[in-house]
Amino acid sequence: MKWHNNIIYNCKKATFLIDKKNLEGISPLQRIELRLHLAGCSVCRLYYSQSRRIDQMLRGFYPTRIKPENGLDEAFKKGLQENIAKEIKKSGA
Amino acid sequence: MAKKESINPGQWVAAYADYLYAFALKRLQDPELCKDLVQDTFVSAIHNLQNYKSSSSEKTWLTAILKNKITDIFRRKASETPLHWLLSGEDNTHAFFEENGHWKDKHAPRIWETEEADPLENEELKEILERCMEKLPPLWAVVVSMKYLDEEKSDHICKELSLSPSNYWVIIHRAKLSLRACLEKNWLKG
Repeated sequence: MKWHNNIIYNCKKATFLIDKKNLEGISPLQRIELRLHLAGCSVCRLYYSQSRRIDQMLRGFYPTRIKPENGLDEAFKKGLQENIAKEIKKSGA
Repeated sequence: MAKKESINPGQWVAAYADYLYAFALKRLQDPELCKDLVQDTFVSAIHNLQNYKSSSSEKTWLTAILKNKITDIFRRKASETPLHWLLSGEDNTHAFFEENGHWKDKHAPRIWETEEADPLENEELKEILERCMEKLPPLWAVVVSMKYLDEEKSDHICKELSLSPSNYWVIIHRAKLSLRACLEKNWLKG
């Protein structure tokens, strides 16, 4: 049973599988390998929970410093409106 | 008979400019570029009114045009990141791991001591994460953005950016390792 020796002691491979699993799933064999690794590795268990938390944050990600409500100013919109009027004329629409 | 949705370019700025701007900003984080894109979107739309299908709403149609423009920018950014150093054999995560696959001591995850339910802490973490995103190489940031913000399928992202699936997963993993490390460093420092 050499196949599991590799992953049991290999955090590099385990973390790769964690990120893949959390995003899209891994094969049944890989799931077993990962479970074996996590059973004995508290550091990667920590990585697992932090990786999931980062995923959650990324999904709800919104730039906080540039809020859309203080986004486009009126002067820009006015210019935009004028440009569009010109384009409409040009296109004959 | 279903009423044909009318199209009215004269009203677009008032009706959709803010929405489109926010949509672009969420993906590109560059206000000037995003303003240009909003304008480009309207101009393209006006010159392609004949392609508008009344089965979709004006808003959906304009958003699709904008999205294509954003994807073009993503592709360009992706092509600016050299792949070879990222994907040189097995060594692409050597910064974090020892030869034998163990975590390097100084890169091993540490406990963050945060309460997931605490909205204030979450806001603070998100702000740090946002700054960490800006430090990622462009290609990684693009992949992360397409996957998490647009929730695109992985094979679609590979196709759009001309990436092999294995390169794609290496990028996702490298980006996650980097984001986690950056987040931890800045969080525990505070």
